[in-house]
Amino acid sequence: MNWLSQILSIAVFNLRSIPARLGAALSAVIGIAGVVAVLTGVLAIAAGFRKVMTVSGSEDTAIVLRAGSDNEMNSGLSREEARLIAEAPGVLRTAEGPAASSELFVIIDIPKRSTGTDANVPLRGVSSAAYNVRGNMEMVQGRRFEAGKNEVIVGVGAARAFRGLDAGSQLKIGPDTWTITGIFTSGGGIAESEIWTDAAVLQSAYKRPDGFQSVYVRLESEAAFTGFKDALTSNPQLQIKTTTLAEHYAEQSSGTSGFITGIGIFIAVLMAFGALFGALNTMYSAVSARTREIATLRAIGFGRGPVIVSVLVESLILALAGGVLGAGLAWLAFDGYQAATMNFQTFSQVTFAFAVTPALLFTAILTASVLGLVGGLFPAIRAARMPIASALREV
Amino acid sequence: MSTADSSLVRIRDVTKTFHRGSEDIHVLSSLDLTVAKGEFLALMGPSGSGKSTLLNLIGGLDRPTHGSVEIGGQRIDQLTERDLAAWRAEHVGFVFQFYNLMPVLTAERNVELPLLLTHLSKSQRRQHAGNALKAVGLSHRLKHYPRTLSGGEQQRVGIARAIVSDPTILLCDEPTGDLDRKSGDEILTLLQTLNQEQGKTIIMVTHDPHASIRASRTVHLDKGQLATTAPE
Repeated sequence: MNWLSQILSIAVFNLRSIPARLGAALSAVIGIAGVVAVLTGVLAIAAGFRKVMTVSGSEDTAIVLRAGSDNEMNSGLSREEARLIAEAPGVLRTAEGPAASSELFVIIDIPKRSTGTDANVPLRGVSSAAYNVRGNMEMVQGRRFEAGKNEVIVGVGAARAFRGLDAGSQLKIGPDTWTITGIFTSGGGIAESEIWTDAAVLQSAYKRPDGFQSVYVRLESEAAFTGFKDALTSNPQLQIKTTTLAEHYAEQSSGTSGFITGIGIFIAVLMAFGALFGALNTMYSAVSARTREIATLRAIGFGRGPVIVSVLVESLILALAGGVLGAGLAWLAFDGYQAATMNFQTFSQVTFAFAVTPALLFTAILTASVLGLVGGLFPAIRAARMPIASALREV
Repeated sequence: MSTADSSLVRIRDVTKTFHRGSEDIHVLSSLDLTVAKGEFLALMGPSGSGKSTLLNLIGGLDRPTHGSVEIGGQRIDQLTERDLAAWRAEHVGFVFQFYNLMPVLTAERNVELPLLLTHLSKSQRRQHAGNALKAVGLSHRLKHYPRTLSGGEQQRVGIARAIVSDPTILLCDEPTGDLDRKSGDEILTLLQTLNQEQGKTIIMVTHDPHASIRASRTVHLDKGQLATTAPE
C-alpha cells in the first residue's frame, strides 16, 4: 500500500508521544536553537558588514588610485593627475563640471561611545562634486560644510558610534578646531562611517597642499567604464589603477567579512557537534521508549522504510522547531543591531548594522534540518533493524 | 489461499538455532506440524520449550534455520523482508500477552491500524474498526484510550485489531497471561466464538491448562520437539 500513509501514521504516533518525553525533546530543540542562533548571529555580522560595503559601490562609479596601491591609505595622486582623471572620457559632465571628486583620506582618533577607547575614524576631504558622485547623500540634520571653512559633516553611523560627533559640536583635531555642521546618510553605505570636510581645508591642515589620495568619478553609464579605464591606463602621464566602486568595495570587504564568517562557522561547527549528540540522544531514547510499539507495527505489516522515515520525520520536526526558534531569537536580538569594526584593509572603523537576511534565515533552517536528519539517522536505522520477535516482548 | 487438503499450516523439519556469543542454542529441532484450516490449536509447554519461537515462525516474524514453513500453500520462509511484511498484513492477526496497543491512539484508531495498510477509504476503515469492536463487545468504548480500559477490555481491543482485516490465521501469544481468571475466560470465550462461528483458524500459545481446554487440539512442546499430541 501507500508508503506515504504508513510513514504519516507512524510519524503521527511518534509526534503524539513527544509529551511523554518532553524533557529530552526540549533539550534537543534548545540545543539546535542555540547553534542556529549563534550561527545566524555571527553570519549576520558578516552580512551586515558586506551589505555596507556593497551598497556603497555601483558599477557606474569608479575610484582611481595610484598604480600598485590597493587602498586609499597607501595611494597618492598629484593635483595634475587628479585633473587629468577628471577630464578623461566617460566621466559624467554636469553644469558644475565633471562629476569627479579628488579626495584626501586621513585617520583621526575619536573615542568609541561604547567603550571609551580610541578608535581610528576616517576623515575624508572631498571636492564639491562628491555629493553628486556618491549620489545618495542626504543631510538628516544640519547643513553641509562650507568650502574653505573648518567645518565637517558626520556620517550617521559615525555619529552613533563615536563620542562628541553631534551636530553643532566642536571637533578638535591636532591644533585646529572644527565645527560639525550636520549629519548625513548615504543609503547605509560606508560613507556613513566617515567624517567629511572640504579637501582644500584638509590639505592645508595636514600640510599636503598638492596631494590627493584618490579620485572618485561618476561615469556616463556602466558601459563607459571600459573606455574610461583604457583612456587612463594608456595615458603615459598617469601611473594609476582604476576599478568600479562595486568591485573596489567587494575587495575591501572580503578580508574582514571572510574573517568574521570563518570564525562564525568555526564556533557554529563546534556547537553543532554538541547539538548533534543532543539530537542523537533524544532520538535514541525516543526509539528505545517505543521499541515495543515499533515492533508491533512491524508485526502488523508496516515496512522498515516507513519506520526509518518516520523517525527521521520526527527528528526533522524537532530540529526545525529548534531552527525556527534559534533563527527567530537571532533575528529579534541581532537584526539591525549597530556595531563598528575595523576594516583591516584601511585600518579604519566601519559602522554597520547586523543583517539577519532571508538568505541567512534559510541557512539557519537548513543547518537545523541537517542536524535533525543526521541526529535521527542512526536511531532510525536501529529502530528498523530491531528483531521483531524479541522487541515485541520489551517492556 | 487453498491447498489440496484442508491443512493451512505445514511445518516440515524445522530447526531454529539462536547464537549467543560462541554458544548455539537449539530452540526447535526437526519439528513437523500441520494445522488444519478452521482449527483452534493450543501450543503448550514449559518456558524455553520453543512454543513462542514456533508461533513467530508461523507468523513470519522470524525465519527457520532449516526446514520449511508453508502457510496456505505459500513458503513464507522464502519471502523477502518486504514481501513478508505485506504477507503478514494480509494473512496474520496477532494477539499479544501485553496487548501492545498504541497508548496515544483511541481504541477505534488502534483497531484501524492494520487497515492503514489496505486501500480502504477513511470512512470504510472507521466502519470496519467499529464492526470489529462491536464483535468483541466494545462498541461503547470506541473513543477510549488504552489507559482508561481494563486489562480485559484492552485485550478485546487487541483481538479486534487482529481480526479487523479478516486475516487467514489468528496467532495468540499467551492472550490471557496478563489477565485475571474472569477476564481470561471472557477472552477465551471470544476466541472460541471466532473459531466456531466465523471459522477462524487460531493458534494460541499458553501455559494455562484451563485455556488449552478451549482449543480443539493441544500440542505440547518440550525442548524444541513435539512431546504429545492429544486430539480432543
